[in-house]
Amino acid sequence: MEYSLDEVMETVQMTLYHNFDIRTVTLGINLKDCINSDLDIFKENVYDRVSGYGRRLILEAQELEDKYGIPIINKRISVTPVSLIIEACAESDAPHQIAKTLDKASKDVGIDFIGGFGALVQKGMTRADERLINSLPEVLSSTDRVCAFLNVASTVSGMNMDAVIRLGKILKETAKRTENGIGCAKFVVFANAPEDNPFMAGAFHGVGEPDFSLNIGISGPGVVRSVVEKNRDCDLTELSEIIKRTTFKITRAGELIGRELAQNLSVPFGIVDISLASTTKVGDSVAGIVEMMGVEKMGAPGSTAALALLIDAVKKGGAMASGNVGGLSGTFIPVSEDSCMNEAVKVGALSIEKLEALTAVCSVGLDMIAIPGDTKAETISAIIADEHAIGVVNNKTTGVRLIPVPGKKAGDYVNFGGLLGETYVMNISTFSSHDFILRGGRMPSPVTSMRN
Amino acid sequence: MTKEQVFITVIGKDQKGIIARISNAVFAHNINIEDLNQKIMGGYFVMTLLADITDSPITITQLKKELSVIEDEMDLKIQVQHENIFKTMHRV
Repeated sequence: MEYSLDEVMETVQMTLYHNFDIRTVTLGINLKDCINSDLDIFKENVYDRVSGYGRRLILEAQELEDKYGIPIINKRISVTPVSLIIEACAESDAPHQIAKTLDKASKDVGIDFIGGFGALVQKGMTRADERLINSLPEVLSSTDRVCAFLNVASTVSGMNMDAVIRLGKILKETAKRTENGIGCAKFVVFANAPEDNPFMAGAFHGVGEPDFSLNIGISGPGVVRSVVEKNRDCDLTELSEIIKRTTFKITRAGELIGRELAQNLSVPFGIVDISLASTTKVGDSVAGIVEMMGVEKMGAPGSTAALALLIDAVKKGGAMASGNVGGLSGTFIPVSEDSCMNEAVKVGALSIEKLEALTAVCSVGLDMIAIPGDTKAETISAIIADEHAIGVVNNKTTGVRLIPVPGKKAGDYVNFGGLLGETYVMNISTFSSHDFILRGGRMPSPVTSMRN
Repeated sequence: MTKEQVFITVIGKDQKGIIARISNAVFAHNINIEDLNQKIMGGYFVMTLLADITDSPITITQLKKELSVIEDEMDLKIQVQHENIFKTMHRV
């Protein structure tokens, strides 16, 4: 036989016992050519485009799941940032109407999330951007599958603090309108947002993209954890090599499926996002890998170094396996969606300050963190500003997805349900950032030559 | 025409008739067995079977459905996966 029994079994065991899967296939769709100043015609164009391609995406993805025996968990769509396509609409509720159209098209064909309801405002806001931002609480509380984003900062433009000021209030208002504040889970605010990210809530089809682009997010924290478990005694140099080899294999599988899916849909293949993404399943945890490496609890001293080594090895293995690595390609450590992260918060090992430190090396942001419902709006804006200062200065993507849970205080338990998981509300400093945040303006872009 | 080959992997408690039932099921759909490997790993019966489905009238999805009947009746785990996934993951 061309393959040894051990090789065949390695692949089979990855899927059967270690939760190896394709986390998402996300079809990026350009909607600029759907624009019409008659809102009804515009909506019809959008509905037809999204539902038509969405239907095909699901059918073709299911066929490949069967062919290769590797589950494709999410089938999603990202679209042109909606603020761009509503510029020509006079109706004040155009953002909400387009959001409802995207929501309906997704539901009708079984697309689980659609991203792109957002704007790029790192340097300033157009009138359409402002309309879209103001519509966020209503859109996030009245639609189910629409995901929203804002890019408020970049290394070349600095940070738009006038937009950041608004976000504290918008998150609190959205939280108030939805059970346990869950509407906030569908919104991420970025610095240096990538235009080809396949992961929600922040996926959008950037303006530099072609008409269509099929992007794929692979994931295998469970697979990596199992190889780390098998190699308890080796030194970190050798461990890095072992993780690289494993990541190479799973990235190759992702690339194969992504390319074939793009070909079957007759659209260009975009990128493979090699981010490790946790799920609520036991064993499918990024924090679990760090703990298996020898750190007692995620957040303990050593966590930042361990995570840096882990993701560096993932990137090296992934880059060897695919010439099209893109998107976020860092690590997600969504607190509520990762069972070991939750446990670390519960026992007091992990704080929001440590999470912020992790984003300085490889994490792509403060993700799915429940904070007390009475956290001041300016404090929320200040957390966003801190996180994005890391992104802007280090020339990397950072995202923030915070949930101010109404009526809950630090240490309280909250269950978001399903894939969004459960968590304990994190402690947030009560010292005020009010005067700093309300200064507004734009934080200038940083000098990039003096790197210390 | 290029060969379309799939790996059928069977894991479970060793018992009479596993190979017989699976080979009968694939034979019924004009599927040729190209190679077969089996051993006991950690107390479990493990078998990989490379099958040529080029001339078969049924799809991988249909084959999976048929084998799932045997999977349930004999309390086994049966995976069917196109050969390309192994080629991609294990050969550069």
